[in-house]
Amino acid sequence: MAHEILAATNAVVTLDVAIPGIVWPWLVTVNMWAKSIGTGVILILFVLLRMHPESVKNLRLPTAIVAFIFINIFLLFTLADLHQPFRMWHIFVYPSFSSAIAWGSFMASAFLGLLVLLVFLAYKKKNETFDKVLLWTAILAIPVTLYTAALMAQCTARELWQMPAESAQMILAALLAGSAFMILLGGNKLSAEAKNTLGVVLGLSALMAFIIYMSEYIFGSMKAEEIAAVIDYIKGDGPYTVMFWLGQWIAYILPMLFVLLSRAGKSDSILKMAAILALVGLAIVKHVWLIIPQLLPMS
Amino acid sequence: MQLGFLVDLHLCMGCKGCEIACKVENEVPLSTWRLRVKYVDVGTFPETRRTFTPLRCNHCENAPCERICPVSALHYLENGIVNIDKERCIGCAGCVMACPYGAIYIDPQTQTADKCTYCAHRVASSMMPACVVACPVQANIFGDLDDPASNISKYIQVHQGGVQVRKPEKGTNPHHYYVGGGNVTLNPLASERIDGYSLFNNITTLPAGGNH
Repeated sequence: MAHEILAATNAVVTLDVAIPGIVWPWLVTVNMWAKSIGTGVILILFVLLRMHPESVKNLRLPTAIVAFIFINIFLLFTLADLHQPFRMWHIFVYPSFSSAIAWGSFMASAFLGLLVLLVFLAYKKKNETFDKVLLWTAILAIPVTLYTAALMAQCTARELWQMPAESAQMILAALLAGSAFMILLGGNKLSAEAKNTLGVVLGLSALMAFIIYMSEYIFGSMKAEEIAAVIDYIKGDGPYTVMFWLGQWIAYILPMLFVLLSRAGKSDSILKMAAILALVGLAIVKHVWLIIPQLLPMS
Repeated sequence: MQLGFLVDLHLCMGCKGCEIACKVENEVPLSTWRLRVKYVDVGTFPETRRTFTPLRCNHCENAPCERICPVSALHYLENGIVNIDKERCIGCAGCVMACPYGAIYIDPQTQTADKCTYCAHRVASSMMPACVVACPVQANIFGDLDDPASNISKYIQVHQGGVQVRKPEKGTNPHHYYVGGGNVTLNPLASERIDGYSLFNNITTLPAGGNH
């Protein structure tokens, strides 16, 4: 509607002092990326311990440490993104339970506590207890990775971020990052079957995430003019077109192809390349999707 | 009591008196505005005209900013005003991201979110908001929407067909209305922003991003 009348009205904004710049910058990209790895490796370890217990029995401690490190990176960047970081404790004292941020803070804190316990249990080689705690940690990893999608959905101003598409993207990002990181972490210790499983998870996560992005890219514009205006930033000569496609190729298209090639050629190196590309590309994809709705003037 | 605002755009002449009054009353720092008047030029020379639209917080009944705030820094007052407690705000900017009207900003001095409060402190003392007092043509009409005898209720009754809100599709139920508005004035997608067309170019802004 608005777009159609532009030619007739020739309306041009000649004075407006809208909020300048990007409100949620690259710090939030790192936040989402690190969280995907931190939760993803836990989910994947849980699956691998049930499907290939012998192959991954020595990965309990390294995986718990990796998850611990990346969840701390996630929390650190969350804190760094606050304009009043020393008031973070307000969330625990004055929580508003209608806010996804409050829920996310509580769940991420509990998740971190469980990770500390996992590291301790793995270090003490209490595998039976570790596996029991891992079950609850893996269950908690799901809402921890999903809360950012809920937060994005609560951003009424950003029409592009819709539920349930964002939920699907967050869980797929965790599976993609988790499987990719486990391929690199496990290395030659993994059996061929375990590598096969990780390759399948990586390839299918990439495929499904790519399909959702392409669906948004093609059909999103047909639903709402605000989405159409945002998608224009990644179409044609849009300022984020190159970065968007770079991300899609590195995070999804190339890893999918490399997973297929590695299966055909039984090549570990190609599988590792797919994993590295997926991890790098995921950060680019997340960044583009975070920034483009913020380019649209709200007034 | 549900306090609301109505701006009659037929009357507004873009003098920015409301903007300045708001700045002074609320000590709004440089490069940030609780209330601002947007100019949009319409038409092709010589058939052109300039429209003026005062923009402020809409004090929505279903406020996304209140919902997303993790610490209830943004909260409702009994009179319907969406108020902000800057001492409690952690500066996550969730409210800035959630507000579909671009009405919330990060105060570069306090590094907390801030916005129009309908001058809640003045209202508490039975005074009108500063922008209402400053307006030379009484384009700003403020009052109790629950009271059918209030000025704003009467204005809405008289102008029933012409009363609009910004972005009704968002489901926020704003308590801020416009009379005499249109797509060009109320819908940001109905006008272009072209480099060099702004009355003031190269505007310097303080680091509203704060720590970023």
